[in-house]
Amino acid sequence: MNASPDLSINTDLARRILTGFIKSEITRMGFTRAVINLSGGIDSALSCILAAEALGPENVLALRLPYKSSSPDSLEHARLVIDATGVRSLTIEITDMVDPLIAKFADMSQLRKANIMARMRMIVLYDQTAAFGGLAVGTGNKTEILLGYTTLYGDSACALNPIGDLYKTQVRQLSRAVGVPAAIIDKPPSADLWAGQTDEGELGYTYAEVDKLLYLLVDERYTPEECIEAGFAEGFVRSVVERVRRNQFKRVLPPVAKLSHRTIGYDFLYLRDWGT
Amino acid sequence: MKLTLALAQTNCVLGNVQKNLEKHLSIIHEASSRGADLLVFPELSLTGYVLQDLTPAVACRPRPDDPVFQPLLAASQKLDLVVGFVEEDVRNRFFIASAYLSRGEVLHVHRKVYLPTYGLFDEGRFFAWGDSLQAFDTPFGRVGMLICEDFWHASPPYLLWLDGADVFLFMSASPGRGLSDRPELGSARWVNHILRAYASLYTSFVAHANRVGFEDGLNFWGSSAVFDPNGDLIGEGPDFAEALTLVELDLNQLHRTRARLPLLRDERTALVQRELNRILSDQSNASGR
Repeated sequence: MNASPDLSINTDLARRILTGFIKSEITRMGFTRAVINLSGGIDSALSCILAAEALGPENVLALRLPYKSSSPDSLEHARLVIDATGVRSLTIEITDMVDPLIAKFADMSQLRKANIMARMRMIVLYDQTAAFGGLAVGTGNKTEILLGYTTLYGDSACALNPIGDLYKTQVRQLSRAVGVPAAIIDKPPSADLWAGQTDEGELGYTYAEVDKLLYLLVDERYTPEECIEAGFAEGFVRSVVERVRRNQFKRVLPPVAKLSHRTIGYDFLYLRDWGT
Repeated sequence: MKLTLALAQTNCVLGNVQKNLEKHLSIIHEASSRGADLLVFPELSLTGYVLQDLTPAVACRPRPDDPVFQPLLAASQKLDLVVGFVEEDVRNRFFIASAYLSRGEVLHVHRKVYLPTYGLFDEGRFFAWGDSLQAFDTPFGRVGMLICEDFWHASPPYLLWLDGADVFLFMSASPGRGLSDRPELGSARWVNHILRAYASLYTSFVAHANRVGFEDGLNFWGSSAVFDPNGDLIGEGPDFAEALTLVELDLNQLHRTRARLPLLRDERTALVQRELNRILSDQSNASGR
């Protein structure tokens, strides 16, 4: 039993597969362009660089969508990526789209506000895909998808997701290899939905820790008991296992109630790439 | 005798047989003009791989009156061909199949006998299991064909070897998986290990045609390869990119290798049969059956 599995990847190989994936899955749908929400964080920086490499920077539109409380660093870090890649960009503040809804409810929780912001960014993203004539490239990594650390129909909404099979630890490794600016790699990950928010503060553990555990549970098919035996704290293992289970709904399409012989989702089975 | 073998490392349009057929005919023309004697296409080269409910819609029959096979059989007057397709039998069962075409005739059809239905694979849900493993004679000697999962099992190549195959043609649509810090994917590494092992153990030629491209999130890794009877790599295609790779097989290498290393001569088939009968008839031990 090894509580410290090696998550390192061959970054050249990952880069080739992921740029090939982006190019294939956009062009076969009849598009040549992509739109991406560039938050200033590492996940979207990596996805943007891969998209620019796959499609050419002139075919990628990066959106910066700050709210009034967003950190100025986020805007600046997104600009570093735009400048480094040469992608097109647009900055649209979402405050006056978000605030009227928030103003209707005096006691709105921070979580509700954060979800509204994430979903407003999704609305702007999808509107810009129509204006620019491209597809929305997602930025969710394997760690956050497994933990459900994402807003359903918000930041998780996309047409394709190149980095969804890479743990955060691996996102960091690939980001270093493809030249994501160091200021972005080195800062603590944050959804930047309120001041001082950090992922690791909210989750209660570091990505480095939870990635190792998730890798053993998911990729290596360890049982929770085997992970505890390997040296992970029991409370940590149980809470992560439960969190993964509880968030399964975010990883599947809503279930359709079966009535007929042939029901979408059960026995009407085609890839998205059907006929292309 | 020399055999110029061409491996077509193709991408395809999922579920559009007509478009894939046109691509086959164009590659056949190219391979022929480059001097190939035999051109091998990957698994399900005429249809695409993750067919699911498209399966019945893309099926055909390897006969001269079939609109897909008619032009392929005509093209096989110029050079021998192996094409991958969905075969519908007379009772309307669907098989993953590869057909060997030569001089206007269908010399052999292999129906995949092992359908992976685990992990990312769901073949057993949509396809019937092939039930036969046979080598067959070609203008270039006796050949054995297997499709992907067939050669992940040790027994089908062994049976084809005993049935006289000196040239093994393996066809795959192998989804790439197992990214680590190594320079190749785990799936590619594993397959190339066993290709080399079969060539070495059976002192035979082993050729592998693997497709490229993507279907949804699945990548296909290419790296088609040919190993000689010494287990040496004598030709390979690029990884992830379409290519037509020509490799000259000096069939006299069979003579030289087997003179040095008479593994086939010394293979004790009667012993295998006796022990297999004993093992399979032993009622007290069901292990492995």
